[in-house]
Amino acid sequence: MIAEIGHFALLLALAVAGVQAVVPLIGAARGDVPLMQVAQPAAVAQFGFVATAFACLTWAFVVSDFTVAAVVANSHSAKPLLYKITGVWGNHEGSMVLWVLILALFGAAVAVFGRNLPPALRARVLAVQAMIGVAFLAFIAFTSNPFLRVFPPPNDGRDLNPLLQDPGLAFHPPLLYTGYVGFSVVFAFAVAALIEGRVDAAWARWVRPWALAAWAALTLGIALGSWWAYYELGWGGWWFWDPVENASLMPWLIGAALLHSAIVVEKRDALKTWTILLAILAFSLSLVGTFLVRSGVLTSVHAFAVDPARGVFILAILVVTIGGSLALYAVRAPALKTGGLFAPISREGGLVLNNLLLATATATVFLGTLYPLFLDAIGGAKVSVGPPFFNATFVPLMVPLVAAIAVGPMLAWKRGDLPGALARLWAAGVAAAVAVLGTLWLAGGPAGALLGLGLAAWLGVGALVELAERIRLFRIPASDSFRRAVNLPRAAWGMTVAHLGVAVVVAGITASSAWQTERIQLVRPGETVEIAGYTLLFRGTERVNGPNYVARRGIFEVSRDGEPVTTLYPAKRFYPVQGMVTTEAAIHTNLVADLYVVIGDPDSGGTPGGDPRVLLDAPADAAWAARLYYNPLVPWIWIGCVIMVLGGALSLSDRRHRVGAPSRARRPIAQPAMGD
Amino acid sequence: MRRLIFVLPLVAFAAVAAWFAVGLTRDPTRVPSALIDQPIPAFELPPLPGSGVPGLSDEAIKGKVALVNVFASWCVPCKAEHPILMRLAEERRVPIYGINYKDAEQDARAWLDALGNPYTAIGHDLSGRVSIDWGVYGVPETFVIDRDGRIRHKHVGPITPQILQDEILPLIASLEK
Amino acid sequence: MTRKRRRLYILVLFLLGLGTATALTLTAFQDNLVFFYSPSDIVAKADVPYERNLRLGGLVEMGSVERVSGSTEIRFRITDLQHTIPVVYSGVLPDLFREGQGVVAQGRLGRDGVFHAHELLAKHDENYMPPDVADALKRAGHPQGEADPGR
Repeated sequence: MIAEIGHFALLLALAVAGVQAVVPLIGAARGDVPLMQVAQPAAVAQFGFVATAFACLTWAFVVSDFTVAAVVANSHSAKPLLYKITGVWGNHEGSMVLWVLILALFGAAVAVFGRNLPPALRARVLAVQAMIGVAFLAFIAFTSNPFLRVFPPPNDGRDLNPLLQDPGLAFHPPLLYTGYVGFSVVFAFAVAALIEGRVDAAWARWVRPWALAAWAALTLGIALGSWWAYYELGWGGWWFWDPVENASLMPWLIGAALLHSAIVVEKRDALKTWTILLAILAFSLSLVGTFLVRSGVLTSVHAFAVDPARGVFILAILVVTIGGSLALYAVRAPALKTGGLFAPISREGGLVLNNLLLATATATVFLGTLYPLFLDAIGGAKVSVGPPFFNATFVPLMVPLVAAIAVGPMLAWKRGDLPGALARLWAAGVAAAVAVLGTLWLAGGPAGALLGLGLAAWLGVGALVELAERIRLFRIPASDSFRRAVNLPRAAWGMTVAHLGVAVVVAGITASSAWQTERIQLVRPGETVEIAGYTLLFRGTERVNGPNYVARRGIFEVSRDGEPVTTLYPAKRFYPVQGMVTTEAAIHTNLVADLYVVIGDPDSGGTPGGDPRVLLDAPADAAWAARLYYNPLVPWIWIGCVIMVLGGALSLSDRRHRVGAPSRARRPIAQPAMGD
Repeated sequence: MRRLIFVLPLVAFAAVAAWFAVGLTRDPTRVPSALIDQPIPAFELPPLPGSGVPGLSDEAIKGKVALVNVFASWCVPCKAEHPILMRLAEERRVPIYGINYKDAEQDARAWLDALGNPYTAIGHDLSGRVSIDWGVYGVPETFVIDRDGRIRHKHVGPITPQILQDEILPLIASLEK
Repeated sequence: MTRKRRRLYILVLFLLGLGTATALTLTAFQDNLVFFYSPSDIVAKADVPYERNLRLGGLVEMGSVERVSGSTEIRFRITDLQHTIPVVYSGVLPDLFREGQGVVAQGRLGRDGVFHAHELLAKHDENYMPPDVADALKRAGHPQGEADPGR
C-alpha cells in the first residue's frame, strides 16, 4: 500500500511539473501575472509530492518490505538501520528519486526565497526548472520505477554492495547531487536570461548564491568521495582519475570558473555571454556526470544490457536539455550587449585567466575521460588513460592558476599594476622562498615537491597579505584594523578563506604524492615492521563478528622511539549474503601525516585471492601479507576542502548574497537585490 | 563571424552526442550471438559423483523446453543466482540442467549440499572443453533451449528476479505454446 | 584601450591557452596511453611491445594461483581460454581477485614471456567481469566466436 502511495505521488509530481513547465512561460510571454504566479505554488507542491514518494521508498527500505524489487535487490533484514536508509539511494532507481527530490527542493527554494525577483524572470526560472523535473520524473516513471513489486516475495534481500555500507559513501551521493542539481538553478537562470535577452549586474547577483551553494556542496561531496576511496579501497591513494571521479571534477572546475566570472558580470557588466555559457556547461557536465556514470556509458555499457530503453531515454534528455539550451544560446547570445572595457592586466583580466585555465583543465579531463570510449566506438584499439596522462596535462595548468590566485585580488579593476601588486606581495615571495629552501634542506627534493610547496606558501601568505591590506594592518592602529576586519564584507572573508583552503589542498597533494612511503611485506606474529620512524609489532590476527559480516583482523602495536602510539586493526571482512570480501584499512592520523595499514592474504598454503575460508580459517601463527603506507600531509587535502567550503559558506552568508534577508545594497544598483 | 562563435558549443555538443549514440548501440557485455537458434553442440559429460543426479548429454536435453545453467562453486555471482534457480526448480516448470564448469568434485558437492540442488542432471566439465563448445566465456551463463534442442536465448551473468520475470519466463511460456 | 585591442588580447590569450593545452594533451596521449591486450593478442602479434606499460586482461586460470612461500610474490596465469600468459605480482591482491574470474593486470611484458604486473584490477562491479575482459574473451573466440556478426 505504502509503495502504491509513493508511486502515485511520483505521478502527481510529474503532472504538477508539467503544468509548472508550461503555464508560467505563457504567462511571462503575455505579461499575464496570474499565469506567472502559478509557478510558486506548483514548485512547492511538486516538492511535496516528490518528498512523499521519497518518504514512502525510505519506509519500504526501513521495514524491509521485500515485495518491492528495489528493496530485495539492495537491502537485507540484518543490515544496520543507517544502511537500510542509505540503501535507498545505493541503487539506480532510488538514486534517481533522490536526484529529483533535490531538484524539487531547489525549485521550491527559488519559489519561496525568490519573492523579490522580477515576476517574469522568476516565472521563467521556475518553468525551466520544471522542464528538467518533467524529464527526470518521466524517466523514473517509465524506465526506473522504484516501487516495482516482485511476486512471490523472497524471504530476504540480496543486501547492499558491502563497499557501499560505509558512512563516508552513505552521504557522498546526497552531497554530490546537491552540487550537481544546484547548478540546475543556475542553468534555469541562464536560460531565462537568454529568453528575456537581458543579463545585468542584478542577474549576476541573483545567480551567485545558487552557484556558490552548488559549488560548496559539490566540493564537500567530492572530498567525501575521495576520502572514502582513500580508507575503503585500501590502495593508499585518494584520487585515481577514474571516469566516475572525473565526471564529478568537471562540473566542479566549471562551477569554480562560473563563480569567478559571475563576479565580473556583477561588478563590471562584462563577460556576460561567457558566463551564460559556463552556467549551461556546469549543469550539462553535471547531467553527464550523473547519468552517463550511473548508467555506465562511461565505464562500460553494462547497465544498458539490462534495459536499453534507459540509455535511449537518457540520451534523449541530454540532447534536449543541453542541445536545446545551446541552440537557444547560439540564437540569443549574440544579441546580448557587451560592456565594461578592461585592460589585460586588471582584476577582470586575472579572472579571465582563471576562467581560461579552469576551462582548459576541464577540456583535458573531458578528453582524457572520453577518448578511450571514442576510440572504442570507432572500432580502434582498446586503450586506457591513466593518472600519468592527467598528471602531464592537468598539473601544468594548475601551476599558473595557483600562482595567479595570489596576484589577481591585488589588481585593481579595469587597469591594474602588476609590478606594484608583486611588490606588495613581497611577504608571500619570502614565504615561498623559505618553503622551497626549507624543503630542499629537509627533504632534498624532488623538484615537483619544491614547486608545489613553494606555490602553497605563496598562495597562503598571498591571501593573508591581501586581507592585511584590506584592513590596513600595521598601517593604522590595531583597534582600527580590527574594526575594519569586523566590518569587512563576508564575501571578502569568504574569498580569503577559500583561497587559503586551496593553498592547504595544494600542500597536501604535493607532499602526499612526493613523499608517500610504501612497504609491502610478509609479517609473522611477533615480527616488527619499520616505516617512517614508526615501529609496528604484529601481534597476530583474531576473528571478529559484525552485524552482517565476519572478519579477521590483524593487530599491530604501533610505537615510536619506544613510546607506544596506538594499536591498529586492519581487517578483511566477509559478507556472506553477497559472498564478498572487503579490505578495511586501519589509519592512524596526527593531522600532519597518516600511518595506513592493510592486510592481504595469509601465507598458509591455501590459494591466495579472496577465498573467505582461507582468510577466516588461517592458523593463528600464519604469516600475512601486509601493505603499509606513510602518507605525509594527506589529511590536509580534506582539511583544505573543508576550508574552501567554509569560505563558500562565509561568502554565501554575505548580506548581499543572502537569500531572503533584508539587504542594504552597499552600492547603488540597477535593480533591487534578491530578498530586499 | 561573431555569430559563428556562439554556434560552436552547439556543434561540439552535437558531435559528442552523436558519439554517445554510437556508444549506446555497442554493448561489450553482449555475447556472441552465433549460437542463437543453432542446435546445441553434441556432447556427453559424466555425472558429478555423489550429486545423486545423472550426467548430461545433448540427447538428454532435447524434447522439452529446458534451461541449461553453467555454474561453479568458486564463482561468486553463481551463489547470488542460486536461490532463484532453487525457486524455479520447486515450481517444476522446466527442467534445469547444470554444467559444472572447471570445478573440483568435492567443492561442487559441498556447494550443492549447502545451497541445494536445483538441477535435474549435472554434467561435470572438469576440463572446460564442452563449455567451450557451448561458447561459454565465464560463469554463470544460462541458456534457454527449445523442444527441438535449439538454443533460443543466452543470458550472461547471474539471473536476477527481474531478468527471470522479464526475459526468461516469457520466453519459456512462448516456447511451450 | 579600444574594444578591438581588448578583444585581440583576449583572443591571443585564448589561443595561447588552447595551443598549450593541445600540445600538452597530444604529448601526454603519445606517452601515456595504455593499450589493452588479451593473451591471444600477445601470442599472435609479431610486434609484441616488450617492456612497455600495457594492460593484460582475461580470466585467472583455475588452479594457477600460488604464493611463493615466505614472500609477497604471487604467480598465476591469465587466460582467454585460447592462450595463457604467466603473471608475476608482488603485493596485496584486490578483494575481487578470484580464480576463474576476470582480471586486468597492468604492467610490463618481459622478454622471457612473463608479465610483471605492478597493479591488478579486479574492480568488476557486483555482477560480472570488466567489459575489456569480456571483449577480449569474445575476440579470443571459441569456435563460434569468429562468426560473430556483431563485430
